[in-house]
Amino acid sequence: MNTLMLARWQFGITTVYHFFFVPLTIGLSALIAIMQTRWLRTRDERLLRLVKFFGKLFLINFALGVATGIVQEFQFGMDWSAYSRFVGDIFGAPLAIEGLLAFFLESTFLGLWIFGWGRLPERVHLACIWLVSIGTMLSAYFILAANAWMQHPVGYRIDHTTNRAVLTDFFAVLTNSTAVIAFFHTLTAAALYGGVLLVGVSAWHLARDRFTDVLRPALRLGLWASLAATAGLLVTGDIDGKIMTSQQPMKMAAAEALYTTSKPASFSLFTIGSLDGGKEVFSVRVPGVLSFLATGSFSGKVDGINDVQALEASQYGPGSYKPVIPVTYWSFRLMIGTGLLAGLIALVGLWWTRRGRLPERRWFWRVCTWSIALPILASSFGWIFTEMGRQPWAVYGVLTTREGVSLVSPGEVLTSLIVLTALYGVLAVVEVGLMLKYAKAGPPEIEPPAQAGDAEPRLSFAY
Amino acid sequence: MSLNDLYLSLKDLWFVLIAVLWCGYFLLEGFDFGVGILLPVLGRGDTERRVLINTVGPVWDGNEVWLLVAGGATFAAFPMWYATLFSGFYLPLLLILVALIIRAVAFEYRGKRPQAAWRRGWDWCITAGSAVPALLWGVAFGNIVRGVPIDAHEHYTGGFFALLNPYALLGGLTTLTVFTLHGAVFLALKTTGDIRERARRTAARLGPVAIVVAGSFLLWTEIHHGKAAAAGLAVVAALGLVGTLVATLRGREGLAFAGTGAAIVATTVALFTTLYPNVMPSTTSAAYSLTVHNASSSHYTLQIMSVVAVIFTPLVLLYQGWTYWVFRKRIGVSDIPVETPGTVGTAA
Ligand code: HDD
Ligand code: HEM
Ligand code: HEM
Repeated sequence: MNTLMLARWQFGITTVYHFFFVPLTIGLSALIAIMQTRWLRTRDERLLRLVKFFGKLFLINFALGVATGIVQEFQFGMDWSAYSRFVGDIFGAPLAIEGLLAFFLESTFLGLWIFGWGRLPERVHLACIWLVSIGTMLSAYFILAANAWMQHPVGYRIDHTTNRAVLTDFFAVLTNSTAVIAFFHTLTAAALYGGVLLVGVSAWHLARDRFTDVLRPALRLGLWASLAATAGLLVTGDIDGKIMTSQQPMKMAAAEALYTTSKPASFSLFTIGSLDGGKEVFSVRVPGVLSFLATGSFSGKVDGINDVQALEASQYGPGSYKPVIPVTYWSFRLMIGTGLLAGLIALVGLWWTRRGRLPERRWFWRVCTWSIALPILASSFGWIFTEMGRQPWAVYGVLTTREGVSLVSPGEVLTSLIVLTALYGVLAVVEVGLMLKYAKAGPPEIEPPAQAGDAEPRLSFAY
Repeated sequence: MSLNDLYLSLKDLWFVLIAVLWCGYFLLEGFDFGVGILLPVLGRGDTERRVLINTVGPVWDGNEVWLLVAGGATFAAFPMWYATLFSGFYLPLLLILVALIIRAVAFEYRGKRPQAAWRRGWDWCITAGSAVPALLWGVAFGNIVRGVPIDAHEHYTGGFFALLNPYALLGGLTTLTVFTLHGAVFLALKTTGDIRERARRTAARLGPVAIVVAGSFLLWTEIHHGKAAAAGLAVVAALGLVGTLVATLRGREGLAFAGTGAAIVATTVALFTTLYPNVMPSTTSAAYSLTVHNASSSHYTLQIMSVVAVIFTPLVLLYQGWTYWVFRKRIGVSDIPVETPGTVGTAA
């Protein structure tokens, strides 16, 4: 295996893994902040128990988000040093700003929130979790702006003497349409993640008639968040598709494995066949839907892979500009399918739990619990589609992935690929074990506040 | 000032800012590395180890962000430096990454199960995860200052073992001992009872070692490069360490901590001063060295970054400083919540 393949595998594995934790950090911190705010308003002790309960799960998740994020930061220099040299003038800035604006905010105020119970005034303590939540969103914005620049480079020119990209308009990089829409799409995905976690964990207990009065509000909040998030995902995903079609026509063609330009173009729910442009064995198609996703009109024209390939070859020189079509095809529909399924479950759940009802159907609670996997799958598929659909480009139309890789030996990359994958595997087992343990333990009892005459109170939280 | 002069001074400014970020990182993470390294030595029994860990509990993650920002700032301001350094020092950086990963997870997960074996395992991760980077950062900086083989295409050509030369290894030993000492005086300052006593005794014993090791490293640096300013800084660093030792023996814990802090900052600044105007000198040919001038981003990028840094750095310093104020109290065994089977890993 060569350095390029190994570096790609490593980037894919470590980044998808990082993103298992990221959306939960973003989604759950906001939901916890909402619950804590409501607790301060109403003084309903159930809400405090929920904050502490989901706070624990949040921290278990956060630890791995942080640990895996460090790898991401180093990896550009280690594995993609040619890329880093070429784009550093533009790409480095959002990364540095993310650290300064977002990571400091998240980590500092999370420390204050965890250890600040009973030590900070209540309102200040509440502000801490809100600042954590804002920090996670800022972090998402800047990293997505960096990524969006790779999808749709703007605000730069190529300096031909140094053969590097040079920043000309930072504001354009930050307001890149691709960045803005990816931000909202990712944020709504994070809300679905957080919402479904609330639903799934509560359902596990409700199926066993445990903590019913405490967890019912969490269930309802989770269901509403999931439903709103699904609606948001549909809207943002739809806009994203149109922006993507105009900026990266190959990606939309590859999303449908559409080889010949069509007007109107249908959307296949699934296809049996090789997806190589040959005759398909069987497919279920919805007429006009691809046209709608790509152009906003059910009769719009969608360029096919063969035409875009010919066009790009004339623009950028001979070569193949096609991504791996089966991957883009399946990841695109699996993203939509698994995500919408989670939304559908939320809709049914809201109906069945309306006005204080709790369904007796155990199987329904079980479905809710298993649905925790759905947004995880949907987001992973979303990223795999976005990133693999951009291939062979690292920066669309400017720099290929092949040109970006470091001149390090395959042995070095293989070592790190094996070490990191093995370590991540072990950590996944540990993480899931702890998540299950603490999720199953249920919301903790609230200890009565220390009495005035007591000796020095102990720390209310300690590692 | 002409536009070109302005550009030149912005490059210098970013060299200084990156030095500041590394100073902040070593100053802050230095003591939480030290606490991690001393965990098996100073913590007798589970409760005591929890006291040690909780002295850094609220702040270690914020301290680590200094590294992330230093890395990001290098990427943004000196992309060629970032690219050559990170791809060149591949395996040592991988080791550092693994160490930082297991350490971060260990802090959070250690208390989440009651079994002794579980906790011992994570304690080991904290100690190894602190000692390895404490050593390797010194090795890395030793090599950067000394110079490494870099070819005409800005590629490091030395391989892994070229990094293990005596000068760089002494640099590693320096960061390892000084950070351990920094951790010991931090613990003496932040704990009560037996642990405080033991931390103080350890600091008194480590002090002379740190003076010898760091002194020889700085002397060697000086003999090699002979920069007057760096010599002055080396003296400051040595005085800081001697001050720490004296203050520790007299029971002045705050002063002792200020001493190691000054030594760490002075050493870091001395290394950056020695380096300037190079950022990664090449031993293959001086013409291939990466410098503040040939490794930097464009004027425009540096301007943007400067505006952002000027606005947000004070803000960060303000709220991080506030955190240290909020958690200023000493802690001891009697502060650790009592664990019953139902409250293991009492979180939030
Ligand atoms: C959409 C959001 C998003 C995306 C696409 C990424 N991250 Fe991330 N990252 C976060 C959102 C996030 C976060 C929500 O801010 C995290 C997750 C858990 C956490 O602690 O913060 C985080 C943590 C995190 C950390 C640790 C911060 C700390 O110590 O507090 C680093 C260094 C990175 N990330 C770097 C990256 C890089 C270089 C990425 C690109 C390949 C990346 N992340 C993708
Ligand atoms: C967190 C969500 C992300 C996921 C799940 C993800 C996933 C992936 C995957 C699967 C690849 C491999 C594609 C291939 O080799 O065919 C890849 C490549 C890459 N991605 Fe992402 N990515 C994410 C975010 C980002 C961000 C935010 C950036 C930049 C800021 C980025 C930069 C890159 C780069 C430089 C490559 C080059 C390697 C390559 O193309 O193979 N990615 N990513
Ligand atoms: C409901 C219909 C959906 C549509 C039409 C849709 C559409 C899209 C499109 C077109 C992209 C590619 C963006 C690009 O490459 O420029 C994308 C990416 C992505 N999708 Fe979706 N999506 C949908 C649902 C979901 C769901 C349910 C989730 C997760 C819960 C999700 C998560 C993601 C993620 C994480 C990305 C990568 C980030 C980005 O580029 O925005 N999507 N989606």
